[in-house]
Amino acid sequence: MPISFEIPERIQQNLQMTEALATGIMRPEARALDENEHQRPETFVKMTWPVNREQQKRALDRLARGAAGEAPRREGPGIRMLDMIYTFEMLSWGDVGQMLCMPTALLAGAAIEAVGTPEQQERFLRRYAEGDAPVWGAMAMTEPGAGSDTSAIQTTAVLDEATNEWVLNGEKIFCTNGKLALDESNGLVVVWATVDRSAGRAGMKPFVVEAGTPGVTVEKVEIKHGIRASDTASIVFRDARIPYDNILGSPEVRQRDTTEGFKGAMATFDASRPLIAASAIGVGRAALEFVKEKLAAEGITIPYGAPVHALTAVQRDVLEMEAQLKAAWLLTLRAASLVDHGQTNNLEASMAKTKAGKVVTWVTQKAVEILGPLGYSREWLVEKWMRDAKINDIYEGTGQINTLIVARRILGYSGRELR
Amino acid sequence: MISFTPTEEQQMLIDAVRRYSANEVRPVAHDSDENCGFPDKVIQTGWALGILPGNIPEALGGFGDAHSAVTGALAYEELAYGDLSLALHLMTPALVAVPLMLDGTPDQRAEFMDLFLDETPPPVTAALIEPRINFDPVRLQTTAAAENGHFRLNGRKVYVPLAEGAEWILIYAWNAGAERVDAFFVRGDAPGLAVGPRERLMGVRALPTYPVTLEDVRVEAAYRLGGEAGADFARLMAHSRVALAALAVGVMRGALDYAIDYAKQREQFGAPIATRQAIAFMLAECAIEVDAARLMAWEAAWKLDQGQDATRESALAKTYADQAAVMVADSAVQTLGGYGYMREYPVERWLRNARGFAAFDGLAMV
Repeated sequence: MPISFEIPERIQQNLQMTEALATGIMRPEARALDENEHQRPETFVKMTWPVNREQQKRALDRLARGAAGEAPRREGPGIRMLDMIYTFEMLSWGDVGQMLCMPTALLAGAAIEAVGTPEQQERFLRRYAEGDAPVWGAMAMTEPGAGSDTSAIQTTAVLDEATNEWVLNGEKIFCTNGKLALDESNGLVVVWATVDRSAGRAGMKPFVVEAGTPGVTVEKVEIKHGIRASDTASIVFRDARIPYDNILGSPEVRQRDTTEGFKGAMATFDASRPLIAASAIGVGRAALEFVKEKLAAEGITIPYGAPVHALTAVQRDVLEMEAQLKAAWLLTLRAASLVDHGQTNNLEASMAKTKAGKVVTWVTQKAVEILGPLGYSREWLVEKWMRDAKINDIYEGTGQINTLIVARRILGYSGRELR
Repeated sequence: MISFTPTEEQQMLIDAVRRYSANEVRPVAHDSDENCGFPDKVIQTGWALGILPGNIPEALGGFGDAHSAVTGALAYEELAYGDLSLALHLMTPALVAVPLMLDGTPDQRAEFMDLFLDETPPPVTAALIEPRINFDPVRLQTTAAAENGHFRLNGRKVYVPLAEGAEWILIYAWNAGAERVDAFFVRGDAPGLAVGPRERLMGVRALPTYPVTLEDVRVEAAYRLGGEAGADFARLMAHSRVALAALAVGVMRGALDYAIDYAKQREQFGAPIATRQAIAFMLAECAIEVDAARLMAWEAAWKLDQGQDATRESALAKTYADQAAVMVADSAVQTLGGYGYMREYPVERWLRNARGFAAFDGLAMV
């Protein structure tokens, strides 16, 4: 394939429907959901569940056919990453808080699809492919003492050989959709725990914890600066017992100095970072378009290619916002495209995430500034977009952690060489 | 389908230009900057790569399938990675060839197109920039007044590369009668046209540039680019912005690569400075900017190749690259510290070169 920026026809068609949802459902409800934190975006959930359910069903059916030897099993996620980033961008343009409440296995699904056996995929993901009631999935990694340093997690999984069960103990925080997955649907959470604290990263393993498991409680949901419609949960595990077969991948801590388990965790970020970058850019685009619309109403247009002497400070700001957003989007497009072409994208994913997080934080802050007293008002959504945007510089790896990853890659350094 | 992979042919071109930049250009880049010119042999070897003729369609006598801004951008990045002065010098003929391909009348093509297929670079150039701080390419002060069957040109131009000895200069001027910018093929020895003494610039010191003054220079109407219809000036500017953005990417990639190598070797406090986040983060941010600027240049180039309006994309790409080039080159100087400030090392030259992009309207065409 030569260098091309042609958006495939199927994506263009999907985007029309996604935009209708964003415009017709998400935007009108965005303010109320922001003001009434922890209220659920019921219309959005109702609209998206059947679509996600059918997608999951197709993926599982394909897997079943593959297992029966009918067709070669397709590697990786069922939906192309390119399609996903366009969808995430548009839904986040609608309202990122609602987008995050999309009923799907999401990150848990990505982990299960990446390392789960066909049997596990069927057992864990079938619930996302059937029924009228929406189901959520979540990933629990962060702990009070383990933020960017995920290798410091303290949650333990101990095998009880008498019952052949894993016994989980610990606390997970900042778990997106944790309450929706465990308390409000028959969902599940992929929990990262250590089977051997002394083994460090090699001891880290992902476990599937299903809703209704005794000893698992959602202790609180966070009250946040932005993305208030999104469910951010703290989950405590007190002697929570799960079947032996709920471990994803091998239970062995083969060599103490290898970091396979840790690398498994990090690999899911290579897929999720372009998505978060795309989501960030959706918020940024919403703010930029809104600013341009309001400026146009005042007779202020944005000229392209004019010398700086011919521009007002505001026009220059808007041009810079637009250029920065475009830069972030193209980096994201590349990171996603690499996944679909089966190539590694660790460097490119972190580049996109770093850039997008930084850019949209700045773009949305600038948007509030340019719109003056009205921009600061809660009558408009632009102040909300500024609050929503900031999370993108934090979750799925802060801007600093992603910069560190980029630095290691371009310098050819390991984590030990560049701390 | 979205893809970021050059074609096999493009990759061969990239490899060839990369080898030329590494083996022929880099070794003489420092001295050429100090001595204000590249050796003829280096220019000749570069011309023999066939970058321009390879991007002229066979229908117009060249060796290419179709003119491609993407292909041009790929080659320009590699050239500028070698040296910006060299890149601008070598590709000066494109300042005439590209407008001729895009907008020339059949007669104009018949007269000029063969020039670009010669074994030596043709002595042609173009003049757009004018000497004032608020220069605006769409509000030129050089004027073209229509008179019976010809135009009369008046004005002052600067930054005209290789103007000394040029046989033809494509001169951009404000055509007040038609209220538009037009371009005119003017003979280098036309009465009223004077090439001034070579300019002394902060950077691109190896590129000979000159001021050109026009006093009642008479040009036949047939020598207006595009004839009666004129040229699509906005599109030409887009082609120029893409070219300059791609060149800027080459400059910054060169600076970044050098800074990375240096930071991994230079030890202070008992370890390479690259192992410190203060340096490593600066370089990581540079790497992101280099890639972002390249992708923006590619997108604008691709739009041009699709025949779409790329005014917005090319303008954003150019402005972005202008700023990123300075940021990256400055970071490279900073990485080298005191050494970075010394002319013995290339990074200070790259910073001087990078700053030029903000002023380089129309100085390259792709």
